[in-house]
Amino acid sequence: MQIKRLVFGALASLLLAFAPLSVGAAGNTLDVVMKRGYVQCGVSQGLPGFSNPDDKGNWTGIDVDFCKAVAAAIFGDAAKVKFTPLSAKERFTAIQSGEVDIIARNTTWSMHRDTALGVDFRAVNYYDGQGFMVRADLGVTSSTELDGATLCTNQGTTTELNAADYFRANNMQYEIVAFEKADEAVAAYNSGRCDAYTTDHSALYAQRLKLTDPQAHIVLPEIISKEPLGPAVRQGDNVWGDIIAWVHYATVAAEELGVTSKNIGSMGNSTNPSIKRLLGKDGTFGANLGIPADWAFQAVKQVGNYGEIFERNVGINTPLGIKRGYNALWTDGGLQYAPPIR
Amino acid sequence: MSSWTPTAPRPAPASTVGFVAWTRANLFANKLDTALTLLAFTLVVYVVEAIFGWAIIDASFTGDDRTACLKEVQGACWPFIEAKFGQFIYGRYPDAERWRVDLVFLSGLIGLIPMLMPNVGFKRANMIYLLGFYPIFAFIMLNGGMLGLATVDTTDWGGLLVTLVVAITGIVASLPLGILLALGRRSDLPIVRALCIGFIEIFRGVPLITVLFMASVMLPLFLPDGVNFDKLVRCLIGVALFSSAYMAEVVRGGLQAIPKGQYEAAAALGLGYWKTTRLIILPQALKLVIPGIVNTFIGLFKDTTLVLIVGLFDLLGIVQLHFTDASWATPETHITGYVFAGAVFWLFCFAMSRYSIFMENHLSTDRTSS
Repeated sequence: MQIKRLVFGALASLLLAFAPLSVGAAGNTLDVVMKRGYVQCGVSQGLPGFSNPDDKGNWTGIDVDFCKAVAAAIFGDAAKVKFTPLSAKERFTAIQSGEVDIIARNTTWSMHRDTALGVDFRAVNYYDGQGFMVRADLGVTSSTELDGATLCTNQGTTTELNAADYFRANNMQYEIVAFEKADEAVAAYNSGRCDAYTTDHSALYAQRLKLTDPQAHIVLPEIISKEPLGPAVRQGDNVWGDIIAWVHYATVAAEELGVTSKNIGSMGNSTNPSIKRLLGKDGTFGANLGIPADWAFQAVKQVGNYGEIFERNVGINTPLGIKRGYNALWTDGGLQYAPPIR
Repeated sequence: MSSWTPTAPRPAPASTVGFVAWTRANLFANKLDTALTLLAFTLVVYVVEAIFGWAIIDASFTGDDRTACLKEVQGACWPFIEAKFGQFIYGRYPDAERWRVDLVFLSGLIGLIPMLMPNVGFKRANMIYLLGFYPIFAFIMLNGGMLGLATVDTTDWGGLLVTLVVAITGIVASLPLGILLALGRRSDLPIVRALCIGFIEIFRGVPLITVLFMASVMLPLFLPDGVNFDKLVRCLIGVALFSSAYMAEVVRGGLQAIPKGQYEAAAALGLGYWKTTRLIILPQALKLVIPGIVNTFIGLFKDTTLVLIVGLFDLLGIVQLHFTDASWATPETHITGYVFAGAVFWLFCFAMSRYSIFMENHLSTDRTSS
């Protein structure tokens, strides 16, 4: 017991001794980035549509495009960004230690992470949540019709609990078959072992491509858990956090105003005050953030507005084929809403 | 008195040579043998047919995206490997700079092949080339940043390149380090012995994944802001230290097998510690433990896949990474990818294993062998 306490004491004092160093890493990220000449962006080790490499090894995806937009806003060049693939375990350490400036790594914004892990979430670039996939010929169009269904899912994740809660709340019978790995669960579902496969929506679409006949399966529209995915920055650097948040809002606002990467060049003469402010013709919004006045112009011109980014990476014309759903603009019944730029 | 009648001629005895006789003696000697032979034969045919069908008959060979691999009965999706081949070998190393990697591979082979052939001379010059010149050359070529070569960040390295860099560095560093540690552990000097035992037991007592994780995740937290080692370098050091601890124990096994008389004879000849070790003990000890050494090398080569956990993409890692490319997602993509990665790993490990057998035979001065 004595020894145990001694060891823990030693470890704790060791950690305390080093703690100021890791807090010291906060500093002013924008200055560091400006001096370095590029944005260091932490992405996933491969998630279809969010951050995955193409045949040439270039990173593509929603999260990747977000980092490119940040680079375009700061440097006027979307190419001034480097990507660090991070495992789920090392992502928060990487941001705390200053190894990366942003993590855009399909990371769920939860209170615990926001408050206890030394990171700040500043925007939601994809509203994800748990859903269900079923065979199209089952004739089910809503997850409320899944009474008596057998569900395939992964072991030991919150998906199992979420599904249990959902079925109990809706007074439906169910049976869960849990597997160690996602691939096993999908294979079991593919072979007809289960009526439905449940995991996060974005992953359902990705897994669907691995089925023998993807067209024979549909993802039901309901979402039974909240998984807002968004970029996170180091806690305590509000200037940098503001840039991250407003780059996202600028892409959303651009879509709302009908400004795209194609027509933004000819928008310069627009008399719409909102567009003028977005393009940096009016106001000192860039200067307030400490970046060039044409920050939003460059971000949208080089990367696109939110709708373009979504459709290019995960939209219905990509192999993933995800509908906008909750990620539609608020004006179209979705959740993507940008505070006004004024 | 009966007349002599010759016995009727008997049929010739069953042949004891040739294919038919061999099968009769070995495969169909009795009922049980026959049954087992037929069973095994059916099994072989079944497995071979399945593999052949998957890899060739039902497989796709041409195509530009996933639509090529979505037949009704689909075997291997080889276009996936074809499209991603450059990625699997070089990782994200820029296209225009890949000749540098090729040059490093090639110059490595030029040094390695004569080194591995016992009959080719100039071993000393070859050694200097491989251990002195080559590492520096490879570093300059791969990393760039001087001699007018563009810098290529190690974060852009990947695939087989990373696998080989990690494995070869580990192999080259672990043998001398391991020998020193093994000698240190048998040393009469208490501090040296304690340090060596401590080092070996600590590194052998934790999994490689822990060493890598400490190097990659914990180390940056302890370093002051702005000081950041390259991730690949951190991994290389971790792998080298880890494998040298294993190597030390293999070499110690060889040292302990050397009879005391050898030391005494060396002492009688007036040889000091280092000369005894270098001329008498190590040549015999290392020869004894060649299988163990190669075993450690092969283990190390496969352990390189663990660098995935710290965000480096070795061959297996980059194959898995490319499974997430939605334009190639099919039911067969990941099976094909794993088969490819497995085949490449097998090729390297099998080559190492065959070479170790060759070396054992070549160096055999055994009293036991006929």
